[in-house]
Amino acid sequence: MGYLGEIFVMAMTAIFIQNFVLARFLGLCPYLGVSKKLDSALGMGLAVIFVMTLASAITFLINKYLLIRYDLLYLQTIAFILTIAALVQFVEMVIQKNAPALYNSLGVFLPLITTNCAVLGVAILNTTAFRSDGVTAYNFLDSVLNGFFSGVGFTVVLLAMAGLRMRLEKSEIPKSMQGMPIALIIAGIMALAFYGFMGWKI
Amino acid sequence: MIFILLETASILSTIGLPVLIIGALGLIFGLILAIASKLFEVKIDPRVEEILSVLPGANCGACGKAGCAGYAAMIVNGGEAVNKCAPGGPDVAAQIAQIMGIEAGAMNRKVAVIHCSSGGYKNTNWKYSYDGVQTCKSANSLAGGPNSCAWGCLGLNDCLAACQFDAISIDTNGMRLIDFDKCTACGACVKACPRDLIDLVPLTRNVYIKCSSQDKGGEARAVCGSTHPCIGCGLCSKECPVDAITIENNLAHIDYDKCINCGLCATVCPTKAILDLLVGTRQKAEIDPESCIGCTICAKVCPVSAISGEIKKLHTVDKSKCIGCEQCVPKCPKKAIEMV
Repeated sequence: MGYLGEIFVMAMTAIFIQNFVLARFLGLCPYLGVSKKLDSALGMGLAVIFVMTLASAITFLINKYLLIRYDLLYLQTIAFILTIAALVQFVEMVIQKNAPALYNSLGVFLPLITTNCAVLGVAILNTTAFRSDGVTAYNFLDSVLNGFFSGVGFTVVLLAMAGLRMRLEKSEIPKSMQGMPIALIIAGIMALAFYGFMGWKI
Repeated sequence: MIFILLETASILSTIGLPVLIIGALGLIFGLILAIASKLFEVKIDPRVEEILSVLPGANCGACGKAGCAGYAAMIVNGGEAVNKCAPGGPDVAAQIAQIMGIEAGAMNRKVAVIHCSSGGYKNTNWKYSYDGVQTCKSANSLAGGPNSCAWGCLGLNDCLAACQFDAISIDTNGMRLIDFDKCTACGACVKACPRDLIDLVPLTRNVYIKCSSQDKGGEARAVCGSTHPCIGCGLCSKECPVDAITIENNLAHIDYDKCINCGLCATVCPTKAILDLLVGTRQKAEIDPESCIGCTICAKVCPVSAISGEIKKLHTVDKSKCIGCEQCVPKCPKKAIEMV
């Protein structure tokens, strides 16, 4: 399998088989919180893709050239959280200055991502992940791509959820099930559906 | 002693490196952010925040912006007028004006008025029994609505649901009552009504056309459940001393810029489609003979020529003609006219 095939496997794994929300159960807060409207879900999804890709790149370098070299892997969580928080802050400032329109449309979602466990999750999982041969650890490019595809997977699920919930609003639901209860049930059914991808051999 | 010292030294070397690295990491990120905050600084006018803290925060949209934050930004950056916040009223306008260092324009407080006297359980004629989603909007979209009058109130209280200020209540007949004290003229109910029955009227004007039917007279009479339809006869328009009423599409309309609140129109309306809140409470003008200087100004402004008198001589009010519109009171230079 060439490198393109490797990328395909990585993409399918990140988006469907090991989806961050529905298979790993990370980033559930924005999944339920920002999935009421399609356009805000799309904004959140794009912001997550952006931050996950950048965070994957930076945390890979920090992990390889600081933590592993000085045998400090037990500080991984602290170091990564520090990195992600600073990164999001930095990105926010740059966007606010250079692309006010994008800044306004992303709005509160950017700072929210600072504490999104899916971003920390992708950074940590990158350090322990292997290619499809099961031997080669992810290199820099692999990590960045994995971060990007994980973000795409998050966005796909978020958009699907938002579409479902917009329809739910118009349907007749018993009063006690309206809002969050029915959303959680839908989330469960979606997770079951995505569980089906586990049997997918690529 | 020596052991303890050695022990301490080894502990220090163990924790020293991690502390150093994480500390350095934090320091570097901190520096980068500090530099970035200078480099990418976006100047936000502090007045925006100040105005935002003064605004009511209801995000009702009466100002025409998406919300309070949008309005605050437009005042500072877009030169928007400071008196557009209906819920905040003159108080908020004055506070914003103070922040901006300008004069607040006069604010005419308005209230919402429903231009229909049907819509209750007992005073509505129904075409069919509607059993769908209980909102006016969806009822109106099913074969033009369940009530016989195609212009009248559907009675499903979309306006009440839209009101954020608890200003609309329902009486025992299912009629909507608007509490003028609570109404902020935010316009939410105006937008919510699918039949455009609600209008914002200056609080100082108390005469309303309580009908929106554009049907011809006979048809309007036949379908109206409240028996008070506007039949477009034009009597009110003829009676109005200041020509404030126009008839268009079989419906009377009051121009509140001209209306003087005299209520004459309500007295002549054959179907009682005009509601006059001041009926029975109006007083007649009386001129204080000691203060009157005979300037004739009052006689000129009187819409019904109830005041007579020679120039430089005492003027008198013909109380049988006076309609109590109070037009003369503020015009008198000697403040000699009183309403009694």
